[in-house]
Amino acid sequence: MEVLFGTVKELVALAEKENKPISEIMIEQEMQITRRTREEIVAQMDNNLSVMEAAIEEGLKGVQSTSGLTGGDAVLLQNYIKTGKSLSGELLLDAVSKAVATNEVNAAMGMICATPTAGAAGIVPGTLFAVKEKLNPTREQMVNYLFTSGAFGFIVANNASISGAAGGCQAETGSAGSMAAAAIVEMAGGTPQQSAEAFSIVMKNMLGLVCDPVAGLVEVPCVKRNAMGAAKALVGADMALAGVVSKIPTDEVIEAMHKIGQSMPSALRETAKGGLAATPTGKALEAEIFGKDKAGRDTVNS
Amino acid sequence: MKYRSVFEIIGPVMVGPSSSHTAGAARIGLVARDLFGRQPEYAKIHLYGSFAETYKGHGTDVAIIGGLLNYDTFDERIKTSFADATALGMTFEFIPEEEEAVHPNTARVIIGDSMGEMELVGISIGGGTMEVVELNGFPLRLSGHFPALLIVHDDRAGVIAGVSNIIAAHDMNIAHMEVGRKEKGKMALMVIEVDQMFDESLLDQLKSLPNVTQVSTLAN
Repeated sequence: MEVLFGTVKELVALAEKENKPISEIMIEQEMQITRRTREEIVAQMDNNLSVMEAAIEEGLKGVQSTSGLTGGDAVLLQNYIKTGKSLSGELLLDAVSKAVATNEVNAAMGMICATPTAGAAGIVPGTLFAVKEKLNPTREQMVNYLFTSGAFGFIVANNASISGAAGGCQAETGSAGSMAAAAIVEMAGGTPQQSAEAFSIVMKNMLGLVCDPVAGLVEVPCVKRNAMGAAKALVGADMALAGVVSKIPTDEVIEAMHKIGQSMPSALRETAKGGLAATPTGKALEAEIFGKDKAGRDTVNS
Repeated sequence: MKYRSVFEIIGPVMVGPSSSHTAGAARIGLVARDLFGRQPEYAKIHLYGSFAETYKGHGTDVAIIGGLLNYDTFDERIKTSFADATALGMTFEFIPEEEEAVHPNTARVIIGDSMGEMELVGISIGGGTMEVVELNGFPLRLSGHFPALLIVHDDRAGVIAGVSNIIAAHDMNIAHMEVGRKEKGKMALMVIEVDQMFDESLLDQLKSLPNVTQVSTLAN
């Protein structure tokens, strides 16, 4: 099994040498590894894009999770944008609201597309459907946005981790925000190297982020971490497009994320035993949702 | 390389809320069901690490049962899998374990019926991707990326050659192969990942080989 790239350095070098966007390199690698045709691969990604769009639409109508912990914030944000009083800017807040919409649907056990995980599923589509309003991309460019995100995620997944249980939230929303930043850069006309810079800038600001879900549910603080992940992705992309570069090369940033994840205590890696999950309110919410017994501590029989 | 497709990163399309605890768990159940080859009548599932701590909130339990009912990650029936299993007469039990497993998201799935029992250990490594690390006591590494043949056989000279000759005669290429045994001269397990799908005649030929006791398959 031959891969075209295993590191960001190799990916950028290949894109530059062949004068192709990163999304195209990702499609070519997928064809080579899975021996499927370009049409099949693009059609599958197009379907994933449709799932993302439907999830955003559903979330913007307003959903509630079974636990009652999350839901409705996407609607609040859209209503606020309409007042014209937004301080951080309409595009940024639109991305935030669409990221929130996706994760609210996910928390309600709705249909989503993991990017790279379900807990971090809001960031890539949230930023995409916000940037779309400004850049007016074609459907093909929108599909390519997902391939570019995927190329960077592929490297992180193989060289570090995309699992909160293994590497904390930095591996999930950290990876998603960085992937999205790289894809925004490509859609906005930046170079492959600028995509890598955007990835690094965002990831450097995600390092150390722990996975501490209240009651073990993918809701608090996951939904808001997707909101801020989308915001960081946009700012990181703008910084890279402005010409700002990362002093630490992207592959070394990824390696740092991996090592930080490995040294994170188990209580802060999706076990709901530390961080926000262990706060008095976090514990009280858990007791309220699952009763007095600790969630997942009793046996269920059919 | 743990991940090989872009659709493991941008995907899977799935019912929420967690790719590792819901989609990956459904896939562990689905692979177990696939290897068992039929609808099990009972299931006993031991959960370790983060699976044990948070399985209820993530729907890990309904997802594994959904997988055992042959529901894929994007099948909305996952939500009603408990009731569906009961309607089919399948009993199930979840046992959260205190001990540490090799991977934080580990499930030991024991399924069976009057004709047999199977024990599988699956790990959910993130983003909905899973691996089988143990089958009926044999350590192995099965990603589910490729179609796979699992052959239980007696540990005798010539069995491996017999199997590979049949595969070669069908013009198939072996992508990865592993052979393990518990004890010299006793039962052994061969795991062969191939590039393309196999047909019934290949399976029949393998089953008729001397010293081969069981042939099961995992479709990609």
